[in-house]
Amino acid sequence: MSKVRVLVGTRKGAFILESDGKREKWDVSGPHFAGWELYHLKGSPADPNRIYASQTSGWFGQIIQRSDDGGKTWHQPGTPPGEPPAPGPPKAASNKFVYDTSAETGKPLTTHQFYDGTQHPWEFKRVWHLEPSLTDPDLVYAGVEDAALFRSTDGGENWKELPGLRGHGTGPKWQPGAGGMCLHTIILDPGNPQRIWIAISAAGAFRTDDGGKTWKPINKGLYSQYIPDPRAEVGHCVHHVAMNSKRPGVLFMQKHWDVMRSDDAGDNWREISGNLPTDFGFVIDVHAHEPETIYVVPIKSDGEHFVPDGKLRVYRSRTGGNEWEALTKGLPQRDCYVNVLRDAMAVDSLDKCGVYFGTSGGQVYASADAGDSWNPIVRDLPGVLSVEVQTLK
Amino acid sequence: MIRVMLPQHLRTLARVGSELQIEIDGPITQRSVLDALEARYPMLRGTIRDQVTGQRRPFLRFFACEEDLSHEAPDAPLPDAVASGAEPLVILGAIAGG
Repeated sequence: MSKVRVLVGTRKGAFILESDGKREKWDVSGPHFAGWELYHLKGSPADPNRIYASQTSGWFGQIIQRSDDGGKTWHQPGTPPGEPPAPGPPKAASNKFVYDTSAETGKPLTTHQFYDGTQHPWEFKRVWHLEPSLTDPDLVYAGVEDAALFRSTDGGENWKELPGLRGHGTGPKWQPGAGGMCLHTIILDPGNPQRIWIAISAAGAFRTDDGGKTWKPINKGLYSQYIPDPRAEVGHCVHHVAMNSKRPGVLFMQKHWDVMRSDDAGDNWREISGNLPTDFGFVIDVHAHEPETIYVVPIKSDGEHFVPDGKLRVYRSRTGGNEWEALTKGLPQRDCYVNVLRDAMAVDSLDKCGVYFGTSGGQVYASADAGDSWNPIVRDLPGVLSVEVQTLK
Repeated sequence: MIRVMLPQHLRTLARVGSELQIEIDGPITQRSVLDALEARYPMLRGTIRDQVTGQRRPFLRFFACEEDLSHEAPDAPLPDAVASGAEPLVILGAIAGG
């Protein structure tokens, strides 16, 4: 029978929630890495026992953790599990993220726009998102703050920047949002290994069609009234982008304001906010089997960042946008003031499609019927930063 | 033998107890202690000082003999009591945050 494993990153550790295909009873393990911020965990589609985790701290910096047994045990890549540290040169540099400044790789840009409008050097802070390859368990991408894309081909032991992204020319116009200047979304094309989409707050969405050597901004159609040129090529605060893997090239975006859609791999976008109560939000995701069914959680903008009217409502469109219905069954409809952050929603691939999201209040909700009804798996975790799901056969 | 005390999270990361001991040849300074510490426990690289600049991470402090040595030059000799092993070099996480 199928199982699901929900990987939850929180402000104080990671939690793993497991259930059978009914998704009614859950086993909860954790906290893993107690006390640390776990920005993101994600399993390898090629080897479900392989899970990567971004463990960060304002005190101690960035750590990459890896599990090869489905989250039971963890180790820093290069330091085998259970093996005492050995003297001598390090076997790996799993937490070393150094921006590429070499001339031979294109002289990547070294400054971006800072809050005060001046140019500021790139400074590594943390890994926001880990995206394992669809086919190779040892290949994994990392989206980092300050925004850049790194890749490891040895299971997270060593990391190398893909410098073409920062080097393509618009970097001086990128600037940090309130959460920092982060590369938070990485989408791999299952039909074309050379194609990757990424998104940055606050720069916008970008695409490579040559495996990461060169990139182009794909923000045509975005309108951001809070920047000097609302239709600028870059500078948009894209919060998240989602795609149904069975229909590559159709993308859905939650921008700071506006829910958007592209039917041509990001070359052009159009707004699909329709009848949403507010078009501000962070998460967006797509049904695993119905590529026109999408989910968002509208958030009251801009100074409050919690759900409107004290009601936690997921909105679902079955028409690819514009027409939205509120999903409320099982969700609190009074006195609720949580947020749902950009990487904190995921879907499984069971039939019916399961939908999961975590809140700033520490609840993780699950729906085993594509959003028609919801139940909390856990209610009292630390604030949730990320939610990912593995569907296990 | 130099004694070093790590904050709790770094003890967990390095799989050591509250205090560890390391051998150092040559001058006993912040830099030589941290170099030896990171060589012995490579998982600590980047957690105490920046991987690129070598700067102490802002929320960490170095104490010894009841003195804050955080702003001492990295190559300044540590107190004799640390060099002799009578006192530990304490690496301390700032009490901050939620």
